[in-house]
Amino acid sequence: MTMIFGIPVQAFLGQLLVGLINGSFYAMLSLGLAIIFGLLRVINFAHGAQYMLGAFVGYLLLVHLGIGYWPALIIAPIIVGIFGIVIERLALSKLYDIDPLYGLLFTFGLALVIEGVFRYYYGVSGNPYSVPALLAGGTNLGFMFLPNYRGWVVVASLAVCLGTWFAIEKTRLGAYLRAATENPRLVQAFGVNVPLLLTLTYGLGSALAGLAGILAAPVYQVSPLMGSNLIIVVFAVVVVGGMGSIMGAIVTGYMLGLAEGLTKVFYPEASSIVIFVIMAIVLLVRPAGLFGKDA
Amino acid sequence: MAEMTLSEARVKTSARLEWVLIAIGIVGLLAAPFFIYPIFMMKMLCFALFACAFNLLLGYTGLLSFGHAAFFGGAAYFTAHAIKVWGLPPEVGILVGLVGAALLGLVMGFFAIRRQGIYFAMITLALSQMFFFFCVQAPFTGGEDGLQGVPRGMLFGLVDLHVPLNIYYFVLGVFLIGVFAIWRIVNSPFGMILRSIRENENRATSLGYSVANYKLAAFVMSAALSGLAGSLKAIVFQFATLTDVAWQMSGEVILMALLGGIGTMVGPIIGAGLVVGLQNSLATSDFPVTIATGLIFMVCVLIFRRGIVGELYARVLNPGGSDKG
Repeated sequence: MTMIFGIPVQAFLGQLLVGLINGSFYAMLSLGLAIIFGLLRVINFAHGAQYMLGAFVGYLLLVHLGIGYWPALIIAPIIVGIFGIVIERLALSKLYDIDPLYGLLFTFGLALVIEGVFRYYYGVSGNPYSVPALLAGGTNLGFMFLPNYRGWVVVASLAVCLGTWFAIEKTRLGAYLRAATENPRLVQAFGVNVPLLLTLTYGLGSALAGLAGILAAPVYQVSPLMGSNLIIVVFAVVVVGGMGSIMGAIVTGYMLGLAEGLTKVFYPEASSIVIFVIMAIVLLVRPAGLFGKDA
Repeated sequence: MAEMTLSEARVKTSARLEWVLIAIGIVGLLAAPFFIYPIFMMKMLCFALFACAFNLLLGYTGLLSFGHAAFFGGAAYFTAHAIKVWGLPPEVGILVGLVGAALLGLVMGFFAIRRQGIYFAMITLALSQMFFFFCVQAPFTGGEDGLQGVPRGMLFGLVDLHVPLNIYYFVLGVFLIGVFAIWRIVNSPFGMILRSIRENENRATSLGYSVANYKLAAFVMSAALSGLAGSLKAIVFQFATLTDVAWQMSGEVILMALLGGIGTMVGPIIGAGLVVGLQNSLATSDFPVTIATGLIFMVCVLIFRRGIVGELYARVLNPGGSDKG
């Protein structure tokens, strides 16, 4: 068997793939966090809960209504997005004028409630969500065996990330969004409806989390706790990347996912903390984050 | 700040009210074990001290730490290990917990104070989660089982802490010393500098204070006192588990301070009492604690940001005063 750094090449690539999958989710979630933070100045602690919500909407659609993966891929983000819009209108919009820490605390409470409700009704054990028939099985790439669904996750998340990046950096609406991030009052004076923009941004960020959730459903089990552990890692990703740039959030997400996968190969005991260690090192060397502008 | 805008008479009323409340409180706490289940009271005292220590950082320095569980739970592990495995007496065990938490605070603070505001919160959360994973794997914590059956031992070789009243008054004594220490810190020149950092960090810097050092010092003190609370809890309950280092615990202590009143001395104590009381009453019911906790969080942030004691001060002592949010 071929070896690489004393590790069988299959195992090496397998862990790298797992890292890439995790990185896909880190990227999508930190992207959503960065977009929301950029405009609303709110760190959305409920992002993990919304991710879980996306997975659960998919699961419940399947169990109760018999709606499969592909329609759920559209419906789940929309439902989570609408949920986000309602939250923003009812509560978050009241918190913009005060210390941003209150937004963090509010969404923390929200995350606890969402998680608590699902724990109450569905327990803590995971519910399996099967891979759609179209993507079942795997492909032998010659050097490794790639489960089709995992390949799809990587491709889909890349498409989502790049699509979002394109929408924000290259379209007219994205230009409004970036302008409003720089100076909301001035943009409002030019006749752009900034409060609506804020609402839609939070909705979009939530929908991204929901989309990540439904994508994750067949990879991990659908469980009420799937979001809360992830969100803390994503926070570390966001600290490493700095929330100043969309592309920074995406690149950092993938990089740290891969770093985690590599650590699993060489030093498995440290794989759960490697991202935090990287965060600490980045704080020492470059406190503003790799792509951050603000100190 | 409210203190500065109050007229002198109001300040006097405020001070008198505080002393009356404190006197009633201490008498109540001395009498409590005869009326209320002592273990429950001791749990409240531990969390009250924890919330006060946390408030030293959030309320008086303006730093929101989302990682205080590491100090509370970490100290519980250190103390439990020192007493159970090394066979040290309880007072030394507590000292081990306190020093351990302070060192942990020094390391975490060193990294966390490099960023401000929301990043500070996220970094402390991430570092405490790292410590949580460390505790899951490290051999000295007993992993998922935790450290159980920690003997309470003989205090200074004289007082048997297995006697319920003895341990109660010991915990009460440590609690009062801890709260007094926080009160002294807050009202010292050092505490004033911390407040100036909270109000305007740049101005404090321009006045020549090395803000980073003051922040780090406040962080370490807060960590050490949180550790004291955690050590006490380990001795009272005779175990240390992963629950105390998990991020939910960091959230709980924030809630206690927020509910009682951030930046007030008495607030976190009342908040801790309410949260622990609520958890206890929900423990027997079907309703999940996390939902209740989350709802209180949301309500507090939306309409009740000054907390119970903060609202009380604002309503009673400064009626019609401006809302400081």
